[in-house]
Amino acid sequence: MTYLTKPKLHHPGLPTNVLGLTRRDYEGAVSTLCAGCGHDSISAAIIQAFFELAIPPHRVAKLSGIGCSSKTPTYFLGAGHGFNSVHGRMPSVVTGAALANRDLIYLGVSGDGDSASIGLGQFAHIMRRGVNMVYIVENNGVYGLTKGQFSATADKGSKAKRGAVNSDEPIDLVQLALVLGASFVARGFSGDKGQLVPLIKAAVEHKGIAFIDVVSPCVAFNNHPGSTKSYDYVRAHNEAVNRLDFMPHREPIEADVPAGGVQNVALHDGGLLRLRKLHLDYDARDKVAALAYLEAHRAMGEVVTGLLYVEDDPLDLHDAQNTVEVPLNALSDAELVPGSAALATFNAKLA
Amino acid sequence: MVKPLLRINDFVVKFANVNGSGSASANGLFARSVLKMGVPVAARNIFPSNIQGLPTWYEVRVVEAGWRGRRGGVDLMVAMNPETWVEDVLEIEPGGYLFYDSTKPLPPSKFREDVTVIAMPLMAICNQTYSDPRQRQLFKNIIYLGALSSLLAIEPEVIESLLAVQYKGKQPLQESNRKAFRLGFDYAAENLKPIGLRIERRDKVGSRIFIDGNNAAALGAVYGGATVCAWYPITPSSSLAESFAKHCEKYRVDPATGKHRYAIVQAEDELASIGMVIGGAWNGARAFTATAGPGISLMQEFIGLAYFAEIPAVIFDVQRGSPSTGMPTKTQQADLLISAYASHGDTKHVLLFPEDPKECFEMGAQAFDLADRLQTPVFVMMDLDIGMQDWLTDPLVWDDARQLDRGKVMTAADLDAGKEFGRYLEVDGDGIPYRTYPGTHPKRGGYFTRGTSKDAYARYTEDGHAYVENMQRLLRKFESAKELVPAPAVQRAAQPTHAGAIWFGSTGAAMAESLAVLAKEGIHLDQMRIRAFPFSDAVAEFIAAHEHVFVVEQNRDAQLKMMLVNECGIDPQKLISILHYDGNPLTERFVTREIAEKARLFNVTPLRKAAG
Repeated sequence: MTYLTKPKLHHPGLPTNVLGLTRRDYEGAVSTLCAGCGHDSISAAIIQAFFELAIPPHRVAKLSGIGCSSKTPTYFLGAGHGFNSVHGRMPSVVTGAALANRDLIYLGVSGDGDSASIGLGQFAHIMRRGVNMVYIVENNGVYGLTKGQFSATADKGSKAKRGAVNSDEPIDLVQLALVLGASFVARGFSGDKGQLVPLIKAAVEHKGIAFIDVVSPCVAFNNHPGSTKSYDYVRAHNEAVNRLDFMPHREPIEADVPAGGVQNVALHDGGLLRLRKLHLDYDARDKVAALAYLEAHRAMGEVVTGLLYVEDDPLDLHDAQNTVEVPLNALSDAELVPGSAALATFNAKLA
Repeated sequence: MVKPLLRINDFVVKFANVNGSGSASANGLFARSVLKMGVPVAARNIFPSNIQGLPTWYEVRVVEAGWRGRRGGVDLMVAMNPETWVEDVLEIEPGGYLFYDSTKPLPPSKFREDVTVIAMPLMAICNQTYSDPRQRQLFKNIIYLGALSSLLAIEPEVIESLLAVQYKGKQPLQESNRKAFRLGFDYAAENLKPIGLRIERRDKVGSRIFIDGNNAAALGAVYGGATVCAWYPITPSSSLAESFAKHCEKYRVDPATGKHRYAIVQAEDELASIGMVIGGAWNGARAFTATAGPGISLMQEFIGLAYFAEIPAVIFDVQRGSPSTGMPTKTQQADLLISAYASHGDTKHVLLFPEDPKECFEMGAQAFDLADRLQTPVFVMMDLDIGMQDWLTDPLVWDDARQLDRGKVMTAADLDAGKEFGRYLEVDGDGIPYRTYPGTHPKRGGYFTRGTSKDAYARYTEDGHAYVENMQRLLRKFESAKELVPAPAVQRAAQPTHAGAIWFGSTGAAMAESLAVLAKEGIHLDQMRIRAFPFSDAVAEFIAAHEHVFVVEQNRDAQLKMMLVNECGIDPQKLISILHYDGNPLTERFVTREIAEKARLFNVTPLRKAAG
C-alpha cells in the first residue's frame, strides 16, 4: 500500500465526460491493498466504466461484505454512499436497499470467500430474485486478510503458497449464477482491462442481476507456481469467447458490422450490446450451450472469459413486486398512512 | 354430593378437539356468538405444532366483568377427543359439566360423580344425516354448536346471522351449515336437560373489537409507514407478515396504476430478512421483519452492525417457548435478554412491550418513528398469547394530524446551505447524529457505512480515543431514548402500601384481575406496567418507594428482574419473582396464589390504617 495522499488538483488537460467530470471525480480514497493486487485493477476498471458511462458518482450505492475485495468500494466513486456490511451478507443488504430506492445504481463487490463460502446462500438467492444490480466477485481463490487459506473457488489440486494442496472441488460461481437464473453472466480477468471495462459498462446498463466473476490474482498469497489463480496461469489459460463493444443508446449504431462474427443484444433503454465473437460457435443467448461450453473448457483447465450469457429483456425484482415508479423511500405520509376513517371502517368489521 | 354450578355470564367452556377436524371454525363461532349477545369473552387457542391429528383445545371464558385473561379451571368441557379424555375430565371444576359424544357407550369409571354429564349421540346423528365422511366430520362441530346454543341459551338467530356472514355469497354452504346448527339445537332442546350455566343478553362489549395482536401489529406497520417487509416463516410470527400483505393490498395500492407502495420479500432465512431490513432502512425506507426467538438468535451479527453503524430497523419478536426450537406453539416472555443486549460486544437495544392487540397497533406504528429518530434497531416484544389469540380490545385510533417522524435526516438543501455533515458527529447534545440518504447530493453528504470503528466523519480509524468517544455517544443516545419510549403505566393501590408489583406485556391480562382479587383479600399492591426499555427513571423510583416489589414475568430466569437489577442498580432482595413458563397463557388463579403465598412468606402486609 502507499501512504501518499492523492493531490486534489486536476491536470487542466484531463478529458471530461458529458457531465463535465474527469476520471479523477470517479476515484475514491487511496487503496490500502498490496501493491500489484488484482483488486486495484478492478477498481480502476470500475472507475473507467462509470466515467465513460457518465453516471453521476453520487447516484451509485456501493455495497460489500467483508474481506480484501469488500474493502475496495472505499477506493472508487468517493462521492457515492458505501456500505461495508456483514461477511457474506451483502446480497441481502443490496436487496433491501434496491427495494427502498429503485432510482439508484447498485454495485455489489464481494470476494470468493465472501460469496462462495460464508455467503453462498445469499449469493444463490439474490441470483434467483433478479435484483437490479451489478454483482462483482473479485475471485482470487484465497483468503487474503487472514493470510492465505484456500477459499471455495480454489481449484482441486491447486497449491497454496506454503505447499498445501487443495483436495476439495471448486465452486464455479459463473455456472451457479447461470443455473440460478441470473440474466447477465460474465467472467473477466483483472489483468485484461480492455475486456473488463466494457463488461462492467454492459452490466451497469443491464436491467436485472448482472454477475461478473473477475479472476483477480492475490500477489501476496496466491501468485506462485502451482496456483490456478496466478497472473501467469490465467494469462496462459484465458479462453475469451467474445469481446464486447458497448453501445449506449446515446451513440449512433454502425450499420455495417461484419456478419457471422457479431451478436447484437438490445438493452432495455434502447442501447445495444455488440459482441464480437472470437469463437463463432459461441451463442451468449443459449444458456444450455453456455453451461456445456463452460464445463468442457473447465475440464481442460481453461478459464473461459467474456460475456457468457445475457437475456434480452429480463424482468427484475421491482417487476415481480409490481412496485410504484416513485422510490419507496420518497413516498409521502398521505401515500403511506391510510388515516382515521379507514381505521374506523376496519374497527367496524371486527366489532 | 356436589351441587351443579349455577352461573350466568361467568364461566369457562373448553373445547377438546383433534387438530385438523374443522373444529376451529365452530369454536370461533361460539366465541363470537357470546360477544354478539353483548357479553365479553376471553378466548385462548391452545394448539399443537401440527397440522392434523394432535390434540388441540379452545377455551372460551364467558366473563361479563370483562377480564381478558384466563381464570383457570373449566366449568363446561366439550370433550371431543378420546385421546385426551382422562385429562380433560380431570380438569373440570367440581359441580361442572361434561358434554360428550355418547354414540359409543363408555363405562362409568370414565366419568366423575361430581360432574354433570351431558350425553349427545353426535356421531349417530351425523351418520343418519350425512353419507359423505368429510361432511360427517365437519358438521359434527356445527351440530354441537347448535346443542350448546340451546343449553346455554345463546339466541339461535345470533349464530345463524354469523353463519350468514361467514358464508356470504356461498348460499349452499350457508344453508347446509344452518341446517346442521338447527339439527343440534333442536335435538338438545328436545332431549337434553337444562344446565346451570347460562348466557344472558347484556350490553357489555360496546365498541370493542375482537382481534389478534399479529393482525393489529401489521396494521400498525402500515400506519407507521413501513414499505419494506422481509421475513422468514416462523411460528408464531408468520401471520404478522401475512397480515401486513393483506393490509397492503387494501391500503397501499396506487389506485391510478394498481402498483404497490410496498415490497414484501419472503427471504431465505432470518439472516437475509434482517439484512434486507437494514439495507432498506439505510436507504431511507421504513423496513421491518417479524420473527420469533430462533430468528433473533440468527440475526445477532446484523443487529450489532445496525447498532454500531446506527441504522434504523424494526423487529417484531412474537415470543414463544424456548430455548432452541422449544415449544413453537406455546407462549413465553423469554427473549428479553437476547433482544436487549443482542450481538457481540457492548450493545443495548430499545424494546417495546405491548400489553394487548391495541398496543400492538400503537407500538407497531411508533416503533418506526423511534427507529428513525434514534437510528437504531427497535424491538416490539410481543408473544404468542397476544400475537395469535383474539383479544377483546378497545377500537384502534389514529390521529390524522400525526406525521411520521423521520428523525435527523440532512437534505440536499441543508447541505447546500453549508450545514456541517459528520455522520457520527454529536451536534445536539442528545447523542443522535444526522444522516443522509444515499444519492442525496453530488458533492456533499456521502459517507461510508461500516461495522468497523470510525471517526465522527465516518472515516475508518482504529484510534482508541475515537472509538471510545463513539461508544460514549451511543450511551448518551440510549439515555435520550428513555424520554422518547412509552412511559410506564402506574396505578396506586386502593390503600397505602409498602409493596408493589411490576410486569409487562401479555401478563397484564391476568394481573389486572389478580390484583383486584388480592385487594379483596387484603393484599394491596401499587402497580407499574413497564412499557419499554431503556427503563424510565420512574421505574427505579417506584422500586425505591417500596419495600417489596413483585416482578411477574413468563420465563424461568427472571429476565426482567435481572435487567432491573443491572440497569437500575437495584438490591435484588427487594424484588420477588413470580415466574410462569410452562407455555400456557397465564391464569388469574396462578398469579393470585403465587403472590398471596409469597406475600405471607415475605411478610408483605398492607400498612395499618391511620388511627381513628
